[in-house]
This record gives sequence, structure tokens and C-alpha cells, in this order.
Amino acid sequence: MSERIYIFKRFERFWHWSQAVLIITMLVTGFEVHGSYSLFGFEDAVSYHTIAAWMLVSLWVFAIFWHFTTGEWKQYIPTLEKVNAMVKYYATGIFTHAPHPFKQTTLRKHNPLQRLAYLFVLLVINPLIWFSGWLYLFYDVWPDYGLADLPLEWVAVAHVIGAFMMLIFFIVHVYLATAGHTWTSHIKAMITGWEEVE
Amino acid sequence: MKTSKSVIAALLSTSLFLAGLAGAAEQPATTAETDKTVVAKSKRETSTADHSKYEELQKQFKQGQEVTEACIDCHTEAAKQIHKTKHWTWEYTNPKTGQKLGKKNVINNFCTATKTNMTFCAACHIGYGFEDDSFDFASEKNVDCLACHDTTGTYKKYPGLSGHPAYEPYEWPAKSGKFKPAVDLQKVAQNVGKTSRRTCGACHFFGGGGNAVKHGDLDKSLENPSRYLDIHMDKDGLDFTCSTCHSDGKHDVAGSRYHTQASDNKGPLLRGQKDDRNPATCQACHGDTPHEEDERLNTHARKLACQTCHIPEYARSPQLTKMSWDWSTAGKMGEDGKPMKIKASSGMIAYDTKKGDFTYDRYVIPEYKWFNGEVLYTLFGDKVNPDEVVKINDFRGEPNDPGARIWPFKIFRGKQPIDAEKRSLAVFHTAGDDDTAFWQNFDWDKALTTGMKAMGTEYSGKLSFVSTEMSWPITHMVAPKEDALSCAQCHNKNGRMQGIDGIYMPGTDNTPLLDKLFYIIALLALVGVVIHGAIRLINDRKEAE
Ligand code: HEM
Repeated sequence: MSERIYIFKRFERFWHWSQAVLIITMLVTGFEVHGSYSLFGFEDAVSYHTIAAWMLVSLWVFAIFWHFTTGEWKQYIPTLEKVNAMVKYYATGIFTHAPHPFKQTTLRKHNPLQRLAYLFVLLVINPLIWFSGWLYLFYDVWPDYGLADLPLEWVAVAHVIGAFMMLIFFIVHVYLATAGHTWTSHIKAMITGWEEVE
Repeated sequence: MKTSKSVIAALLSTSLFLAGLAGAAEQPATTAETDKTVVAKSKRETSTADHSKYEELQKQFKQGQEVTEACIDCHTEAAKQIHKTKHWTWEYTNPKTGQKLGKKNVINNFCTATKTNMTFCAACHIGYGFEDDSFDFASEKNVDCLACHDTTGTYKKYPGLSGHPAYEPYEWPAKSGKFKPAVDLQKVAQNVGKTSRRTCGACHFFGGGGNAVKHGDLDKSLENPSRYLDIHMDKDGLDFTCSTCHSDGKHDVAGSRYHTQASDNKGPLLRGQKDDRNPATCQACHGDTPHEEDERLNTHARKLACQTCHIPEYARSPQLTKMSWDWSTAGKMGEDGKPMKIKASSGMIAYDTKKGDFTYDRYVIPEYKWFNGEVLYTLFGDKVNPDEVVKINDFRGEPNDPGARIWPFKIFRGKQPIDAEKRSLAVFHTAGDDDTAFWQNFDWDKALTTGMKAMGTEYSGKLSFVSTEMSWPITHMVAPKEDALSCAQCHNKNGRMQGIDGIYMPGTDNTPLLDKLFYIIALLALVGVVIHGAIRLINDRKEAE
């Protein structure tokens, strides 16, 4: 028996997928800029990364605005309730189709583990990438802001650490997208807005 | 990106040109071609004096000095100005280090030292008769005006004449049976004019004993260079002469390799501006933020000399430049017991009994290092360590030195004699007709005895050879901007700035430990989810059965 509930609004879906494209772009071009491989060529990789950075920044500004005006930011308030149950579920229950310990509703879209993971992204990974990326972007004018002596290496290393964390998040996130009621129910939900739940 | 831009530009200009053709019929014939000749002509005609009309110059001059006397009759201050320059004194005291440099004092790793060889070396002195220390540096008539101001191309000074041109037909090279014609001083004197790439180049293109040998960024092809070879001297373009940049207006030459300016953080010099700045830096014309389209490039100039990107390779003419000279092998005779020369496949001399082994190269990627303006020479008498590579000149600098920039250099490597007991670079007698000249008898002891004596000391009798390096900052043969280095030529694992301290360069795989750590974590995550997924899949299958 399953029912369908409306989880992701139009803006959220747009936000999610455009962010996905941009972050993949940033990963691909970023690690080329870093020197991990050669794909577009350094110069073009820098251009694409810079363009994508501006797009991502604009998108985030919209998203933050949207979250606060709609009150959706509350979705990310962390809770430790049922975290243990969630861990247990992913470790064992999921293999036997045991009942999901978390009941998804329009008001509580994310399970407690998701909440923690996204909060980590929002509070650690993103600020790290943002802040360092922003500084990196304005390297040319550092002396005008008294930053002439800031070693570029520090900024770059912070950015690279952020980038690697994003990469790892990305791997796990893509996999967990298959861990819904069915293999594809989460993914369909992010496309249509409607999630199949138990 | 760049190529597509230039294709568009080419298409645009072609269509503009075609459009122009349509209207051209009615227009007077002022094509680009005639404009160019007008410019060239007018350049010659800027002078208000025609020296061929001067009475003072209507005579048969027997000697160079007679011409000079005629010159300084009118140009009363010229010789006095020359007297102050290192072109004349062959001596230069570095104001920062106090070291006494100049051709008179420096020992290099090419022909090494001028001291006992002045009849030969003086072919590139702007004077007459600089044979030895007895030369009268206060004499005005000894100044050679024609070496720099000849416009006929017939005034030549050959080695062996102590700075005089050939007044009689002169056998050169020695014993070759070939005779160079005597100079027509009257003709030369009547056709004097401004200095040119050819007059400066007569010495500076041939340093080290032949075309292109020494600098790597200066050779005879700069007499008539293409745009590709030198954007500033391009004969069909800007057509700069050497003095366009290097003149101080008082017969001295701005810019110096003995005391090179490493950076210049000022805007362009304006006409008439009272400033004792060096007018020969790039910034003296271009300012210090010349890249209008891309601020990032101006930012690069905080760390890099302009030359580093804009002279991507030297010896691009494509004349080969000499890269090394090993004196330690000199003196070997051929099978016939006579001095020999062996040619390399390039046609260049690879071995010469007189000089030892040589190597050459062209389109050479420079070596890069930090340079802060301080140049320190290893001079005669300075203690050297025979087990280490001796730096003939050390262009010094660290990443954080004020004004330091990363510069391109030609590093000329060699092996040359030292007095092993005195632990000093040795001076030896090479050229000359006497019995002790190395090129007469190939006897190191004799050549060293004479050379060291001339330096006011005695040869200990202990000869050994030491490896040396001499740095030549690369600053000429500036390429057109489309040929400047592209980002990835440095921002690359194998990029050009490898080994340069004090810079963080994206694109060079520069955080290997951090990368490894995260690769492992990422891999674990990947393996984890794959296993997790696999188990789910298997269970699903089982259930379905
Ligand atoms: C998912 C997001 C992102 C990822 C995965 C990412 C990844 C990377 C990586 C790996 C590098 C190479 C760093 C180095 O080796 O020095 C890099 C460079 C850079 N990133 Fe990001 N980045 C992201 C977002 C951003 C954002 C949001 C900005 C700006 C606000 C930004 C600006 C830059 C800049 C300016 C560079 C240096 C490019 C250059 O060399 O000029 N990045 N990025």
C-alpha cells in the first residue's frame, strides 16, 4: 500500500536541479583548476568555474530569500530524535524493507539524518566554499582591502577542503537518493514534487 | 577562444578591405604601401644638418682621430659626455654592492677577460688605441664617434687593430687570405647620423665572439626584425632603434646588466617629466598596469617581470645561441698535429682547439628565478670553491624581497681555469702574436703566467678547471602579445614555474598530501555506497523470487 504526498514545491525543484548542474560543473572545473586532470584546459576551466560561481551565488541568494520568506528554513532545524533509529534503519532495516522509522510529510520533508547532513552542508561546507571562493575570486584587489599579506595558499587550501567535502557529500547524496520507498521514489519526487510513501 | 577571436578579426578585416576596394577607385593613391615609405623617408629626413656639405669634412682623413677632431669642433661637449660612460671607461661601480665591474674588471665564462687581449677586444671599444693600461682616457680625440654614428655600414673595426678601423686592406680572419677593404673615412664622416640597430648591434649582436653567441636575445636578425621576432623593433611596424629605449640624452645608455632594475611600479614616463627613472624599463612606456582587458594579468605583474610572459623563448630568430663553453678541453690537436675545428650537425663549431667544446640551442625556454635588483659578481681574487659551481654573476632575490620579481634568464654554463692555490678565477692570455698567447702555443702555463702577471699577481703554477654559470636576464626579442605565454604554460603540473619558491599556483597539483587524504575518504564513501546498494539489490532479487 502506498500513497502520494506533495513534498517539493516548484521553486525547490528548480533550485535543486539547477544547483545540481552548477555543483557538478564546479566540481569538474574546480578540480581541473586545482590540477587534478586536464579537460577544458586551465584557462577555460577558470572561466567556466568563475561563471558557474556567479550563477551559484545568485541562486543561493534567491534560495536563502525563498527559505526565509516561506519559513521553509525550519526544515533544517536539527533534531536528534530518531537519529539512532535512522542509523539502524540504513544499517539493517533497509535491506529487509523494514518500515521506515520516519514518516515524511509536507511539513517534515527530511528525515533526521538528512537534516543533520544538510545542516552540515549549510553551516560548514557551503560557508567554507563561499568564503574562500569569494576571497579567491577577488584576489586582484586584496591589497586594496589590507589583505596584501594573506597567503593565497591558505585561501586555496580552505577552498579545496570545502570542494572535497562537497565531492564526498555528492557521492553519498546521489546514492541516498535511491534509498526511498522504492529505488526511484525520491528522484521522482524531486522531479514531479510528488513522493510515494508507505 | 583566442583563435576564434582572431578568425573573426580576420573575417572582419577582409570584409572591410573588400568594402574599401569598392570605394578605392575614386580615391588618390594613398595605400598602406606608400604611407610606409613616406614614414621611412621622413625618419631619415628629420635631421636639419647635411654633413656632406660641411667644409670641415671635405678632406682625406688618415686616421679616426682626425675625424673626431672635426666632430668635436662643433659638437664641443660630445666627447666629454662619452668620457663619463661605461662604453668609454669599461668600468662601472655598482652603487649598491660597491663592486668594480665593467669589461675592464669582470671575468666571464666566454672569452673570460680583456686584460692582456686589448688589441683584440678593443674592436668593441668606442675609442682609438685602447691597447693596454697606458691608454689616455682623458683624450677627446681618442673617442670614436663613427662606431655609433656611421650610417653607411662600411665602418668596421676588426680585432687586432686596438679599436681602429682598417686604414689599409686587412687580413681577417688572421691567416685566412681574405682581405677586408680599407675604410673610406671621408665618406663615412659625411654620412653620419643617428645610432641604429646596426651600429649598436655591430658589437652587441656579436658578443662572445660571433652572431647570437652571448645574449640569446640579441643577434644580427634584429637589424631587420619581423613583428614575430620583436614587436618593438619590427621593421614594418614600430621600427624602434636601441636608443628609443636606452637613451638618456647625454650619450649615456639607460639600463644595465651590471645593475639591472628588477621592477618598476610606476606609471608611464611622460614627455618632459623631470625624473631620474630608468627610461628603459617596460613600465617607463607601458606603466605598471598595462593589461586593460584582464585585471588578473596586472595582478600577475606583482610577482612576475613583464619579460617572463612576453618573451616566451629566446634565440627565436632562429640563429643558434651558445649555451655552454668548456675551456678544459681546449688544446687538443687534430690527427695532423694541427689545431682543429669540429662541426656539429647544426653546422656550428662544436670543438675548437683554441677554445674547447661548445653547445648551442635555439627557441630556448628561459630559466626562471626571483631577482630583486642585486647583482653580485665573482671577481678576480674572490675566493671560489673548486667543488662548487661558481656563479660568475649572481642575480639575487627571494620571494618576499621588496621589488623582487620572477625573471627569465639565459644561464650560460662553462668550465674555465682557476689558480688552484689562490682559489681565484684565473686570467689568461689568449689572443696576440707573442709566444705566451694560448692561441699561439696552447700552453696553459705560459698563458696563465702572462695573464696573472698582468693582473698584478703571480700564477701559482697550479691549474684546475671549475664549473661556472653566468646569468643573462632576457629582455629583448619581445614577442607580439598573441605569442605571450598562455596560462597553462605555467599553471600545469609540468609548468614553467616549477621549483620557484614563494608562490601558490593553482593548476600545479600543489597539495598532494591533502589530495591523497581526501581521495581515500572519497573512495571509501564510494565503495561504501556501492556495497550498500549491492546488498539491497541482492535482497530485492531474493524477495522477488
Ligand atoms: C561546489 C562548489 C565548488 C567547488 C566544488 C569548487 C572547487 C574548486 C576547486 C577544487 C578549485 C581549485 C583550487 C586550487 O587548486 O587552488 C577551485 C578554484 C576556485 N574557485 Fe571554486 N569551487 C566551488 C565553488 C566556488 C564558488 C561558489 C566560488 C566563488 C564564490 C568559487 C571560486 C573559485 C575561484 C575564484 C577559484 C580559483 C580560480 C583561479 O585559479 O583563478 N568556487 N574551486
